[in-house]
Amino acid sequence: MNTNILQVKDPILAIENLSVAYDKNVAVKDVTVGIKKNTVTAIMGPSGCGKSTLLRALNRMHELYENIHTTGSVTLNGEDIFKMSAIKLRRQTGMVFQRPNPFPTMSIYDNVIAGYKLNGINQKKQERDEIVERSLRDVALWDEVKDSLTKKGTFLSGGQQQRLCIARALAFNPEIILLDEPTSALDPVATSKIEDLLITLKEHYTIIMVTHNMSQAARISDYSLFMYLGELVEYGKTKNMFTNPQDRRTEEYLTGKFG
Amino acid sequence: MKAINEAENISSRIRKDRVFLGLVVFFSVITVSPIILIISKLIEKGYKQLSFGFLVEKTPDTMEAMTAIANNELIPGGIVNGILGTLLMVAMAAVIAIPIAIITGVYLYENQGKWLANITRNVSDILQGVPSIVLGLISYLWVVKYVTNGFSALAGSVSLAIMMLPMIVRSTEETLKMIPQTLKEAGLALGIPYWRVLTGILIPTGFSGLMTGILLAVSRVIGETAPLMLTALGSRAINMNISKPTSAIPLLIWEFYNDPNMVDMIWSSSLLLMIIVLAFNLTAKQFAANRK
Ligand SMILES: Nc1ncnc2c1ncn2[C@@H]1O[C@H](COP(=O)(O)OP(=O)(O)O)[C@@H](O)[C@H]1O
Ligand SMILES: [Mg+2]
Repeated sequence: MNTNILQVKDPILAIENLSVAYDKNVAVKDVTVGIKKNTVTAIMGPSGCGKSTLLRALNRMHELYENIHTTGSVTLNGEDIFKMSAIKLRRQTGMVFQRPNPFPTMSIYDNVIAGYKLNGINQKKQERDEIVERSLRDVALWDEVKDSLTKKGTFLSGGQQQRLCIARALAFNPEIILLDEPTSALDPVATSKIEDLLITLKEHYTIIMVTHNMSQAARISDYSLFMYLGELVEYGKTKNMFTNPQDRRTEEYLTGKFG
Repeated sequence: MKAINEAENISSRIRKDRVFLGLVVFFSVITVSPIILIISKLIEKGYKQLSFGFLVEKTPDTMEAMTAIANNELIPGGIVNGILGTLLMVAMAAVIAIPIAIITGVYLYENQGKWLANITRNVSDILQGVPSIVLGLISYLWVVKYVTNGFSALAGSVSLAIMMLPMIVRSTEETLKMIPQTLKEAGLALGIPYWRVLTGILIPTGFSGLMTGILLAVSRVIGETAPLMLTALGSRAINMNISKPTSAIPLLIWEFYNDPNMVDMIWSSSLLLMIIVLAFNLTAKQFAANRK
């Protein structure tokens, strides 16, 4: 057993021996890790080390592509994610992408409610209104857009668009939110808003975020995963990892020797 | 010395520029002049005949036309049978072609690089190159002989629909390929089933592109004559029965061409056809521009 990997009791998400390969190129190698509920967990590591690949395995995004092969097991609240329906899994795991990607033909309102509407879930207007308002309040966007809910989501600024995308992911009240470098396309002000937001969101959600920005990981994450060449090198409390990294590669990365 | 050289150099460069500009203008004029000549000729010869009655009355018979010409009057009647026939057949062709073509385009988009998709794409490209009269012949063999047991609007529509297919297939695939992959992923990540992601997100996002393809395909087949000769045949009467022979604007133009008394009707009918085709083309351009 690797002592550099923290053992988490009662993880909400338990990843065991997870490997992901693009054709024959193994991008994530035998990762075993437990994610703690109501925390922000950062996935760090140099570019190309498999951060996105690991994250996208967690909502089975890889199934869209025939050349990607996943092995190992992942359980969400004890339930095997590969055995449940992809639709159920994906409603329990919101995903936010690197670039804000609101649905361009939809209004702000429709973007937030898209998961319900396009799933053909019948609701009263009042119910929908409530979900939209709650989700937009959750991302601190309600006051900015409440008078322009019928405008296209793409009219918002980049930072607002990204918060809209987070709201869209929150609308189903997921257990987990997966974010892949959600601030890399944003300016510093918009970035810090999203960082603040993620800290407040962990009260209700479990957040897993890929970042290659170490100071961001240090600012907002409780736990950090450090990956290198597809392997999980180190996992622990962010504070400990930054002050006292166990593995030489972690240390070299955090001190800027590579990355 | 050097200054003089430079001045010469510059003036020779200016001269070269002028020559080049002259050539560009010259060839541009050569390119656009046919369309201008066509349109001006059509207007010059066709506008007299192009009245309201022309749009709502049936084709006159050759005796009426002869009498009118003898009395130095305009030929009475119009081409409403052709207008309605074109409308009926093109609309029916679109109804047949659009769903098949869009589903095929989606299939090609989703199966990039797979052998069956590659074959389908190649066959579709080949279909685009098949002469339209051959498509008419095929529709004759299938529909005229076995389905409607005679010349019919349906047979005409089938030949036009086969013509439209490859154009819409192509534009659907190309349009979908231009939509960022993450939009599709974002939809699926919300737990939305694929077909609803397609109909609720991808197709609305690519709507302008799809419309461009459809309108260009429509404007392409509106003027088709050859396949209709073998399938719809033509008719002097208004016919809205899809299993009966039906007229169309280009068919009428052909008939007028073959009737010395009707020559004046050629120009006005062509002018109208040209206006309709241009309208579709310009609308398609508008949609293409909306794609930003
Ligand atoms: N779609 C893909 N097809 C093939 N290889 C890929 C694909 N996406 C990523 N990879 C490879 O997998 C490895 C990990 O990529 P990724 O997970 O995107 O890294 P990160 O997010 O840490 O930058 C890289 O070597 C990359 O080249
Ligand atoms: Mg990445």
